[in-house]
Amino acid sequence: MIDPHLEVRGLHHWFGGLHVIDDVSFQCRAGIVKAIIGPNGAGKTTLFNLIAGALAPASGRILFDGRRIEGIPPHRVAARGISRTFQATRLFTGMSVLENVMVGRHPRMRGGFLAGMLGPAVTAGSERRARGYCMEILEDLGLAALAPKEAHSLPFGRQRVVEIARSLAADPRLLLLDEPACGLNPTETEEMAVLITRIRDRGVTVLIVEHDMSLVMGISDEVLALGAGRRIADGTPREVQSDPDVIAMYLGDDRA
Amino acid sequence: MRAILRRYLPALVLVILVVAVQITLSATRQEFYMTQLTMAAYYTMVALGLCLLMGYAGQVSLGHAGFFAIGGYSSALIAGLGAAAAVSIPAAVLVTAAAALLVGIPVLRLRGHYLAMATLAFGIIVLRVLQGTPFFGGADGLSNVGAYPLFAGLAISGRRALRVQNYYIAWSLVTIGLLLAINLVSSRVGRALRAINGNEDAASAMGVNVARYKLATFVLSAIYAGVGGACLVHFSAGIGPGEAAVMKSVRYVALVAAGGMGSLSGTLAVSAALTFLSLRGVFGLYDDAVFGGILLVIMLFAPHGLPGMLAGVRARRSARRSAS
Repeated sequence: MIDPHLEVRGLHHWFGGLHVIDDVSFQCRAGIVKAIIGPNGAGKTTLFNLIAGALAPASGRILFDGRRIEGIPPHRVAARGISRTFQATRLFTGMSVLENVMVGRHPRMRGGFLAGMLGPAVTAGSERRARGYCMEILEDLGLAALAPKEAHSLPFGRQRVVEIARSLAADPRLLLLDEPACGLNPTETEEMAVLITRIRDRGVTVLIVEHDMSLVMGISDEVLALGAGRRIADGTPREVQSDPDVIAMYLGDDRA
Repeated sequence: MRAILRRYLPALVLVILVVAVQITLSATRQEFYMTQLTMAAYYTMVALGLCLLMGYAGQVSLGHAGFFAIGGYSSALIAGLGAAAAVSIPAAVLVTAAAALLVGIPVLRLRGHYLAMATLAFGIIVLRVLQGTPFFGGADGLSNVGAYPLFAGLAISGRRALRVQNYYIAWSLVTIGLLLAINLVSSRVGRALRAINGNEDAASAMGVNVARYKLATFVLSAIYAGVGGACLVHFSAGIGPGEAAVMKSVRYVALVAAGGMGSLSGTLAVSAALTFLSLRGVFGLYDDAVFGGILLVIMLFAPHGLPGMLAGVRARRSARRSAS
């Protein structure tokens, strides 16, 4: 692979006077799991928001398959094949699990207001295909039986998986997972690790922000460590784990 | 097949009720009720459109009476031009849509209370411009608006001989409006609107163009209001600035809230019943107070509307939601 799948170059972002992303550059090859680690306030979620278009960077570039995506709105980033989950799950209230997942299919479907109002005569085919596709995803994730349930009535761990199903429905090439194991019990975390590996094996590149170090080190092909908005280390899990700056960042730095 | 039947059941029930009411009224020589039932149908168009905007897309408008009035005044004025009279209703609906587009682009950047206040301000502007401009007839409004000829000898007109005919024209429009709305909310767009209502950021991350969908829904709901206003002006042969009054807008919001917020059939049922009673003068001098009171009571005790309270279905769902 000559060209990186995702490339971030000299990215900067400020919240008021706070330099939350300070000259961050990194690359991510296609088909790997890359983790972003760092203490609270390191800028991990901000970096996600910048890639997903929820925030526009002050300066710097973000290239996805060689095309610039920085500063374009989230719905267009989604249409390019980048999908995401949120740190606190954000499923849609009052909608079933299947409906939630079908919202995820939105960018791969067609038909606007006019088609919608004309109804099944126009939209039946695309609705059936979308429903079938989303049911397949739910079956694959072992959620098929929950399809008609209201998403918010599910236990927290299940909601997490539904949120991943929803992002997979868009058939993304890059999946951004923001702390997918946060709040999960050890069994669920184990299952989450298996799930993430399976998603990667299907050919989806996964960028993951996570605090659970055993999860990160177990499933990641590469790790990027951030501290106070700066890149501290970038490499294989083993390299990053033994990096003196990373150790200092997590255990406190006597030299400072 | 059963899913399709369930989806369109409200429209089927509506058609049966409309026919049953007509037969009963004609048989008992109480056809005079049909005048208010026809008017109630046109006001119900506003409530249906607002239901899409508030109940599905989750955007408040306290200015929809303004769009109803724009539709009504436009059709009356265009009909007065003579040559364009034949297209006064579609032209008026276009004018209403254009007004909604112009208002919606800046206003829909706002959320929640701020959006409510901005739409309220729009409604007040429409009211005051209509009241203060001689061209619009000032406080008297416009009168002597002619009938609107349709096809096959049908016409939107308040003439007594055409009472039954007009009752069916009005309720056919509501039925069509309901069918289109039912289709829309169960489509890709409908899911996207409910997603926006649920969480704008997540909807946007899932590829929904939130700003565009909000604007399109705002314009669509204004079109519903515009159709109602444009038709009613020919049925009533006139319109006054009172149609744009703030309390009218509040009334539409109350109807949607009482109908269950996200329920087209609930909104339709509540709107038809309450508007009819109001037009019959049942609430007397307390007309506005009744609708204000309904809004207050619904917000306090039945946030899922009257149908939800009666059925208890939605209430149970909310109990589950708050328990989790």
